[in-house]
Amino acid sequence: MNQFLIFILLTLLKIAVVTVVFLTAVAYTVLLERKLVGRIQNRWGPSRVGPFGLMQPLADGLKLFLKEDLMPSAVERPLFILAPIIALGCALTSIAVMPYGRDIRWHGVDMFQIANINVGLLVILGVTSIGVYGIALSGWSSNNKYSLLGSLRSTAQMISYELALGLSVIGVVLRTGSLNLRDIVNLQATHGVLSWNAFGGVQIVAFFIYLTAAFAETNRTPFDLPEAESELTAGYHTEYSSMKFAMFFMAEYANMINVGAVATLLFLGGWSSPFGHLFPDFGGPIVHALLPVFWFVAKIFCFLFLYVWVRGTLPRFRYDQLMGFGWKFLLPLAIANVVVTGLVLAVHG
Amino acid sequence: MSVPIAWYLILSAALFSIGVCGFLIKRNIISIFMSIELMLNAVNLAFVAFANRWHQVNGQIFVFFVMVVAAAEAAVGLAIIIAVFRSRNTLNVDQIDLMKL
Amino acid sequence: MHLALFIIFGLLCLGGALNLLLQRHPINSALSLIVVMSSLAVLYLLLGAEFLALAQIIVYSGAIMVLFVFVIMLLNAGLEEKTHGSRAAYLAGIPGMLALLGVLGGTFFTLRSSFGSARLGAYLATTHDLAQVLFRNLLLPFEVTSILILVAILGAVVLARKEH
Repeated sequence: MNQFLIFILLTLLKIAVVTVVFLTAVAYTVLLERKLVGRIQNRWGPSRVGPFGLMQPLADGLKLFLKEDLMPSAVERPLFILAPIIALGCALTSIAVMPYGRDIRWHGVDMFQIANINVGLLVILGVTSIGVYGIALSGWSSNNKYSLLGSLRSTAQMISYELALGLSVIGVVLRTGSLNLRDIVNLQATHGVLSWNAFGGVQIVAFFIYLTAAFAETNRTPFDLPEAESELTAGYHTEYSSMKFAMFFMAEYANMINVGAVATLLFLGGWSSPFGHLFPDFGGPIVHALLPVFWFVAKIFCFLFLYVWVRGTLPRFRYDQLMGFGWKFLLPLAIANVVVTGLVLAVHG
Repeated sequence: MSVPIAWYLILSAALFSIGVCGFLIKRNIISIFMSIELMLNAVNLAFVAFANRWHQVNGQIFVFFVMVVAAAEAAVGLAIIIAVFRSRNTLNVDQIDLMKL
Repeated sequence: MHLALFIIFGLLCLGGALNLLLQRHPINSALSLIVVMSSLAVLYLLLGAEFLALAQIIVYSGAIMVLFVFVIMLLNAGLEEKTHGSRAAYLAGIPGMLALLGVLGGTFFTLRSSFGSARLGAYLATTHDLAQVLFRNLLLPFEVTSILILVAILGAVVLARKEH
């Protein structure tokens, strides 16, 4: 019984720490984006609140929290309130199955992953696919043509790109022979960059497909048609204000981090160092435990940087181009990747 | 603490009956279609319960095939619904009972 | 634990199914069906079918029901009207449902001792087990279903296309 109590307490501790860190990361991703886009457009970005504008997320949060929460009169109230909760809830869930460090046990509890699940990868895909409802319902319940158009676009886009996304992951799963995220990372942890799935595992095509589909799944430029401000005012969250809007906003940035984390786990070796076991005895036990977390965060940071860079560089697709690209290019490419990977694995065993 | 398999089966029977009832009393063609999905799901639960009873995966394989067929059925069914709505401009089954327009 | 989870999610299933029956707007029915399907996924997990539980979430809740919601939004389906056809259906449907439930439930209840009971963790079908059966013994049916899916995709495209 005592063991059970320790397990519960440690798990709650892990959940609390990960959630707080994750939410802080979400807030600072917004700042990162504003700063970087500012630099790309040759301006400073937010710089007034705190040193280098570092307290800006706090000010933003306070502003959104104190604003009046408008409830338009023609909306479908229960669904209107439910939609942002679904969006944010799903965005915050998938971090629960991701390993963010080595399997180091304290009192028999793995301290660097909240839940080690046999089908962890499918959990992430499932939670992502449920997240679509947040956007679909927000558009429908708002009773506003811009919202409805935005959410229809978004739903169609997410269904289409989910296919390519799911198929691109299969190459990695074939190579590992497991859906457990720890197994997937462990396979890549031996020889640094050379054993990462994207390079040593020759899943570079799958990596490209995943990355592109992930941009579409998170509704980011160049695929941000659901909220194309020049056509749809703000897309599916036109009618939302105050904290409900903030929840959609946080969900979007949390999804960016999620997608970056999944790409890291599947293709870039997760928490493993890019040098492999070249420096095995570097530092003491604490460094040994925390260095993988650093690598994991650093890789996610690179993805976030890429996101912002793409946003600052590429224009938006037209809707038919978006659909054509997903169905006629990415999907066949993903299927070809699965076939080739399967054949190679069948020949080499 | 264990749960008798029979409870799962009774739950499955209840869901199936509700699906049948929905199929009969619903007038919206989309709701009728959803009742069919509910019946399929109820049967799936029974399959999984039996798979657990006999400790065999075959029951789960059945569910797998049912899911695949349900996905195909949903795609075709919804396409038919869209086509019907285009030509008749209604979703009420009582007004879609003639073969000709 | 098992019992508590079974009761919670079993009740969610039943509540969702009844709500599907009682709601008059299709989008509310669709949402209750999503609740039913997701709760069923938890029940599958309790019965040791981990892959199926997640497949249920991804395929049913995440793909099929999204299509339903999408079509409801696209066609802007409104409240259901009561028509002359529905009264007859009520007269036949509700007693029919009770009779069906009585027969099935009664049968399962009288045979309950022969079904045994399920314990949490006593049986787990891994993805590996499932794949062994699916890709060794049942390869032909698997391929036939994939052709079925292909035909369904083509059919859906042909049906939903606007004629010029």
